[in-house]
Amino acid sequence: MQSTIDLDNRMILVCCGTGCLANGSMEVYEALNQGLTSTNVQVQTYTKPTGCNGWCEKGPLVKIMPDDITYIQVTIADVPEIIEKTLQTGEVINRLLYRDPKTKKRIKSHHEIEFYKKQHKIALRNIGEIDPASIQDYIDRDGYKAITKVLAAVTPTQVIDEVIKSGLRGRGGGGFPTGLKWKACAATTALPRYVICNGDEGDPGAFMDRSIMEGDPHTVIEGMIICAYAIGASAGFIYVRDEYSLAVKNLGIAIDNARSCGYLGKDILGSTLSFDIDIVRGGGAFVCGEETALIASIEGNVGEPRDKYVFPTEKGLWGQPTIINNVESWANIPVIINEGAQKFAAIGTEGSKGTKVFSLVGKVINTGLVEVPMGTTLREIIYDIGGGIPGGRKFKAVQTGGPSGGCIPDSMLDLQVDFDTLTEAGSMMGSGGLIVMDDRTCMVEIARYYVNFLAEESCGKCTPCREGLKAMRETLEGICKGQGKLEDIDFLRDIGETMQTASLCALGRTAPNPVLSTLHYFADEYLAHINEARCPAGVCRDLTHFYIEAELCTGCGLCVKQCPVDGISGEKKEPHVIDQEKCIQCGECINHCKFNAVKVR
Amino acid sequence: MSVKARQVDIAKIIEILKNYPEEKRYILAMMQDVQGEFKYLPREGMEIIASRVDVPLSRVYSMATFYKAFSLVPKGRINFKVCDGTACHIKGSNVLIDQIYKHLGIKPGETTADGEFSIETVNCIGACALAPAIVANERVHPKVTSAGIIDIIKSYGGLADAIDN
Repeated sequence: MQSTIDLDNRMILVCCGTGCLANGSMEVYEALNQGLTSTNVQVQTYTKPTGCNGWCEKGPLVKIMPDDITYIQVTIADVPEIIEKTLQTGEVINRLLYRDPKTKKRIKSHHEIEFYKKQHKIALRNIGEIDPASIQDYIDRDGYKAITKVLAAVTPTQVIDEVIKSGLRGRGGGGFPTGLKWKACAATTALPRYVICNGDEGDPGAFMDRSIMEGDPHTVIEGMIICAYAIGASAGFIYVRDEYSLAVKNLGIAIDNARSCGYLGKDILGSTLSFDIDIVRGGGAFVCGEETALIASIEGNVGEPRDKYVFPTEKGLWGQPTIINNVESWANIPVIINEGAQKFAAIGTEGSKGTKVFSLVGKVINTGLVEVPMGTTLREIIYDIGGGIPGGRKFKAVQTGGPSGGCIPDSMLDLQVDFDTLTEAGSMMGSGGLIVMDDRTCMVEIARYYVNFLAEESCGKCTPCREGLKAMRETLEGICKGQGKLEDIDFLRDIGETMQTASLCALGRTAPNPVLSTLHYFADEYLAHINEARCPAGVCRDLTHFYIEAELCTGCGLCVKQCPVDGISGEKKEPHVIDQEKCIQCGECINHCKFNAVKVR
Repeated sequence: MSVKARQVDIAKIIEILKNYPEEKRYILAMMQDVQGEFKYLPREGMEIIASRVDVPLSRVYSMATFYKAFSLVPKGRINFKVCDGTACHIKGSNVLIDQIYKHLGIKPGETTADGEFSIETVNCIGACALAPAIVANERVHPKVTSAGIIDIIKSYGGLADAIDN
């Protein structure tokens, strides 16, 4: 495969998102740089570390442009060959290409891969294509074009109208129309006004905001400047989880660069708009994702929410009119301005316009970040993009909406995902986590997990949330240990409904969702725990008993190697046996068995 | 150097706090930087912050205990953060926590008596494709199995004379 590409003018993009970094992408990046600067390399090529490409499962990813080659799972050992073959002569190294599991064909360009084909990138448009530390890279891809256009020829009211027309709804989970929020704030009289970016991504299993802040910080900044112009704000804050050190670093560099290029500071681009942004590092409290709690945190208080008789648009940070939007919402704003509200509104469903980024994780083959038009079905996301369930296991449920979301069963896989359909299904959009669960996930235990998480994170201010979660946790722990009683189910429902009506903030009101949705769709699992003292998924230790079905066991010995307590024995090629005295129910045997011979009682 | 032997360097705390105006809104950032230096938030740090910003110590303490990022006790030389985000959880992070307890005798929030190892759980490190994941100090260990955790502990000098129990 020889190409006609200009060998002297190529760019190598090395994915340096969190997933790829953990798999050694920085070492690959450095080895490439080192290899390319050595004297016997004749080509002029440059390398760039980029943000997350989303396909974390196959990392580290290395893309070579304009050849449009995507190499997967690249290690340092592959670097000399990449330089020698692909970079010097244009030859494609077949073994580093992705092999489609269905067609068995190697695929050269990532655009042709199923994982990317169905995606539609707006919020993630630049990630993986640019060096986040380079403002020029962002500008080269239409960056800061929207703010330049707005400052030159669009009135603040027109900007707000455009955002309203686009139908953009808050991507942090609330789903409130962004444009209407801006309009309400612009209509107030008090000054100064503030703009806040909510980057306190606390949902376990969701990392799209992190990816955007790390991989394309300027789009967030540009979105905020456009809002500042529209509502007349003078100062902005980006509230980021302190754990996201790379995001903090890249945002810091981006703000400095934007300032020195005149996009932030006094009289932006010669206009009368003056606006600047500070970074505030969060302290790791889930409730701070709630806007009033986040405001309290920026002010230097504990992050407790308040009741919203008056919205932050009127009285927010330090009692002044404030707009808070989520990272992903901000990333959509420049595109809406550049390409027009109409084009944006043409994507998606009746009530939810545009795209949504999902973090597709759990028991799915292609783990990673995906961006699809609103209205895409769960089946398309999990099976077409995600590649289905690994190990030939059976799909059980998909959990959406973070800890306060719900679990959706396989009968609803054709649900077209948007803000409204998910709420109707007893779950919610949340920030867009999609956690796929198979028959090895216990739905009672997962409800216990979320309730435990929320009980730890409840700020404790209002009684229904504080006490309700504790009571639920205790009950669920009992059921997982085999001490459940039939009346526990009514008790859980009762508390859940009380919390939904009486809690102060959205955290408490949505906290019973994981319990109520699993009770609704997976009541049989609760009953198996309570009536039969059995955990069908083999997760709850006290109720689990693994055994090997002799007829299915080939005696390959794989489970023997995985067992951490040497609790499995048997002759080679003969059926093996689990020693129940030694077994710690860790599940390594069942997870690794290729013949489905390990069973749960 | 053992963590226990470390003396709290007051001058260092004061130097860190000089980066911030003496305003309430910077308490969180001050605490983060002090913890960044000492790997935990010493009482002396909270006292100095309280007096500089002119709020009662109880207020700084309430923030330090409200926000999860802070630890009021020193961590081990090697701090294991076991990710217990949903993806890691359903892929068996609880088994890893049990294994660490079995081999090192510490539960989340605890430090071994010799100050070598400590363990905490974190809600999500955003590396869900690598589940279950453990972070040892800054290094991410991907797809850890219940047998693999023993090798990880050994690679940091633990279980030197361990016999399988």
